[in-house]
Amino acid sequence: MEILVCVKRVPDTAENEIEVNRDGSDIERDDLVYSVNEWDNYAVEEAIQIVDKVGGAVTVVSLGDEDSEEIVRREMAMGANNGILVSDDAFEGSDGKGVAAILKTVAEKGSYDLILTGAQADDGAGQIGGMLAAMLDLPYASVVNSIEVVSDSQLKVGREIEGGNQELNEIGLPCVLSIQTGINEPRYVGIRGIRKVASVDIPIWGAADLGLDASNVGQSAAGVKRVDYFVPEFGEGAEILEGSDEEIAEKLIDLLKAKGGIK
Amino acid sequence: MAAQVFAYIVHKNGVADDTALELVSAARNIFPDTSPTAIVTGSGTDLDGVCNDLAASFGEVWKFDHEALAYPNAEAIRKLLMAVLPADAVVLFPHDTFGMDLAPGLSIKLNSVFVSDAAGFEGLDGNNLKVIRQEYSGQVSTHLMADISAGAVINVRPGIFQPDESRSAGGQVVDKSSKIGDLSVGRRFLEVVEAEAGDVDITKEDILVSVGRGIEDQDNIEIAEELAEAVGGVVSCSRPIVDAKWLEKPRQVGTSGQTVKPKVYMALGISGSFQHMGGIKGNPYIIAVNKNLKAPIFQIADVGVVEDLLDFVPVLTEKIQEGK
Repeated sequence: MEILVCVKRVPDTAENEIEVNRDGSDIERDDLVYSVNEWDNYAVEEAIQIVDKVGGAVTVVSLGDEDSEEIVRREMAMGANNGILVSDDAFEGSDGKGVAAILKTVAEKGSYDLILTGAQADDGAGQIGGMLAAMLDLPYASVVNSIEVVSDSQLKVGREIEGGNQELNEIGLPCVLSIQTGINEPRYVGIRGIRKVASVDIPIWGAADLGLDASNVGQSAAGVKRVDYFVPEFGEGAEILEGSDEEIAEKLIDLLKAKGGIK
Repeated sequence: MAAQVFAYIVHKNGVADDTALELVSAARNIFPDTSPTAIVTGSGTDLDGVCNDLAASFGEVWKFDHEALAYPNAEAIRKLLMAVLPADAVVLFPHDTFGMDLAPGLSIKLNSVFVSDAAGFEGLDGNNLKVIRQEYSGQVSTHLMADISAGAVINVRPGIFQPDESRSAGGQVVDKSSKIGDLSVGRRFLEVVEAEAGDVDITKEDILVSVGRGIEDQDNIEIAEELAEAVGGVVSCSRPIVDAKWLEKPRQVGTSGQTVKPKVYMALGISGSFQHMGGIKGNPYIIAVNKNLKAPIFQIADVGVVEDLLDFVPVLTEKIQEGK
């Protein structure tokens, strides 16, 4: 099975406090730790496991600036066979549709049986997989938490729905799936693995390579544009307890007793 | 501009989801005078109950009754909507696992803009709708401008808009089933596998000691277990802990886990994403311990401790044990 996995380099929210920059035009990007989007990493692991079982190859593609090469390489160190970096100044400011339109041309340059994305990334929109599937006229399933290869032309996929329940579906190939975290246990990538792929050539494709009219992607074509980032004014928020750990603990115990938090 | 506004109604067992009336409020937040049209798909007598109940709250209720719609299949419903919606329709969905499945692809097919997980609207400037969203697990918010001149598909975050209980629209149910065309799909629904029950039922507990990413390591779970034992509660958790297989799925609080209604909820190292908070009902007293003051949990909690839980919680547990 030929599998394409779309991955994104994002600020790691487990490692960073995300703050708005001074003029609200962006988040504060100095000193941020970046990594591969967590959902995408599960998708790559799932693709590798499928290929291990039924054969084929995993291709990882990332749309971003040149720094995104490092995550393509990381996913190749995990076991992906091929990597592609899609990068062009003309792509900057693309909205979800723009990103999906670019990825569509990448998908069409190959011959893939299965295309995977993460269920969501740093902006939490969860839109690329569904858009890409609709543009390619392929069946789609979102928030997928299990995949079973039934035949060359069919998968059985589980979707994680509300209440911890799972919705099982049969889906024809080729198709697009967005992958939920927890579907597998992504393997650890060590320094040795990274070294092995350090000199592998990763092609960089721009708008011209993909036959894309630059006026159809990027900021000018975007129907959804970002105005600013801001920190919302909430109500009072939590009363923050101050003092030494011991002092805070004593205050908290009083509060717990008053609220029925200690039996 | 007078775009027609539609709201897709999620329903189960003959009852509309809470989001149905939230979408009425969301629609009026965009167009103050609108009386949106409800779209209800399904099969059989359950469907009539849902439709009749909604008529008072919507300008019209469009009913689509077909056995192939008995379980909501996003692909089939997308085909249906493409056939019946006007070109510049503004269509609202709840941002749940169904809305996530359907709406992005629908926006492509309708050739309209898509806005995911909208948490607020700040008015229309011509055809430009100003939308509030959250990014980076809720750590920052952003304003987007969406050009809705060719229509829009908008997923609205559940629980943000107050449900419109006025029942003032006085609409009627219109059976549009005859408009249903081809519903053939490439993805066929098989069954729903219910979540397994665990060794404890966190939905029935008054005191929950809940752990998130801040616990850092499986071996540290016992820090929470010791606190839970000291206060007479049980340990629950957020999604990353289940993803890491450190605790079982039935311990997970959130929209994709359990819905709990404790008296006291202690959130230890939990950022407080809306998916997590969506599983907490009944307005419990919330205590947050997190080393990141920017974590959204501090906006929601009653009382907060800005500390590494690994340092603070053992001190708290010891003090409680001393006092007993």
